[in-house]
Amino acid sequence: METYYSPDDLVKFAEIGEDAPELWKKFSAWYGEVFQQGALSEREKALIALAVAHAVQCPYCIDAYTQASLEKGSNPEQMMEAVHVAAAIRGGASLVHGVQMRNVEKKLGAI
Amino acid sequence: MNKATENPDCQFNNFDDALKESNLFPLTSTGIEVLQINFGYLCNQTCKHCHVQAGPHRTEIISKETLESCLEILRASEIPTVDITGGAPEMNPHFEWFLKETAALQRQVMVRCNLTILLESKFEHLAQFYADQRVQVIASLPYYSKRFVDTQRGKGVFDRSIQALKKLNTLGFGDETTELLLNLVYNPAGAFLPPSQAGIEADFKRELWQRHGIRFNHLFTITNMPIGRFRDFLVKTGNYESYIQRLIAAYNPQAAAGVMCRYTLSVGWDGSLYDCDFNQILELNCNHGAPDHINEFDFEELRSRQIVTGLHCYGCTAGAGSSCGGTVVE
Ligand code: SF4
Ligand code: SF4
Repeated sequence: METYYSPDDLVKFAEIGEDAPELWKKFSAWYGEVFQQGALSEREKALIALAVAHAVQCPYCIDAYTQASLEKGSNPEQMMEAVHVAAAIRGGASLVHGVQMRNVEKKLGAI
Repeated sequence: MNKATENPDCQFNNFDDALKESNLFPLTSTGIEVLQINFGYLCNQTCKHCHVQAGPHRTEIISKETLESCLEILRASEIPTVDITGGAPEMNPHFEWFLKETAALQRQVMVRCNLTILLESKFEHLAQFYADQRVQVIASLPYYSKRFVDTQRGKGVFDRSIQALKKLNTLGFGDETTELLLNLVYNPAGAFLPPSQAGIEADFKRELWQRHGIRFNHLFTITNMPIGRFRDFLVKTGNYESYIQRLIAAYNPQAAAGVMCRYTLSVGWDGSLYDCDFNQILELNCNHGAPDHINEFDFEELRSRQIVTGLHCYGCTAGAGSSCGGTVVE
């Protein structure tokens, strides 16, 4: 194995089902339905998926939802703002844990 | 040399096989509802994805003689719609004469207008002319913001397109209370498929109105065909195979049943006859026994001709389908 991630692997996703077909079937059906137009539009859902893909740093999902977002009518400005939302939440989530650090510091009498 | 190296397209599933699986082979026309006339490849723009590779230096334009033949066909038939395309058809010296003659025959005339031409000094009067002749304007605007439009159609094109749209609005085009139709055409800025027509139309309406006070009637989404300059772009950027595979995977038999060649006849700038504008670029004339030039025009033979198909046809049958009038199925 020369690299852990290869674009060709994305199309092999369905092969996951070979080892647990029933679970794969349920996952696929549910996944498909999640992205249907509902209270949120397909375009909004693709943008959320794009942001989450960046938060979980999954190159497959970034590839798939960059394309999907464009195909649902989003533009690069909207997509970059979605990535900033993901980054802000990730950054904020780290930073807010500073409160815990301060709690420990207080307990230890350091501050 | 094996077959795949001779023609790289051999690796893909043949379009006729897809038609066979949907019981649509051989694909035949069901009448001639639209006479589409290509006025030639002369244009004031040189857009990145132009499927006819038009530009200011192209010299191929339709002659008055061929346009006379088109008028004869219209007089002798009841073809209700004339769809004028190019290049920028306005740059042809016989354009206004032909439009007046066609309008006098009480046919619905549509002109595919690139918008910027309406601001050029020689053609400034044409917006008013369109209003006077009750022409339906079908204008290319690949997106509602500057970046996608300028990348695809050239620097400054978005701002000039907005100016031209405002000019058309002032004359009553796009106003639901007038009968002056202004429809816009969206096509993707790159190697991806178009969004749902209804969804992106709503976005265009909201954004163009809020940002520029512009209104229009409908938005047509069109898939980029893998031919001409767009094909060169796909090959150069290593996207060709994946794009074709994407079109093939999205093949929709319902869209195939409604492709525009089934009700359109396309006349090339030199009088050649084609099933559509795309076949024209590929020099695939009408065939299978049907006349291939306007000099041999025969309504009966052409109205139920067999269509000449190829790999590019997958561009018309992907997803909700694609035609000069937007999607094929709802
Ligand atoms: S896409 Fe239209 S406006 Fe652009 S170069 Fe081609 S014919 Fe001209
Ligand atoms: S490319 Fe032309 S011939 Fe082929 S399906 Fe589309 S309209 Fe018909």
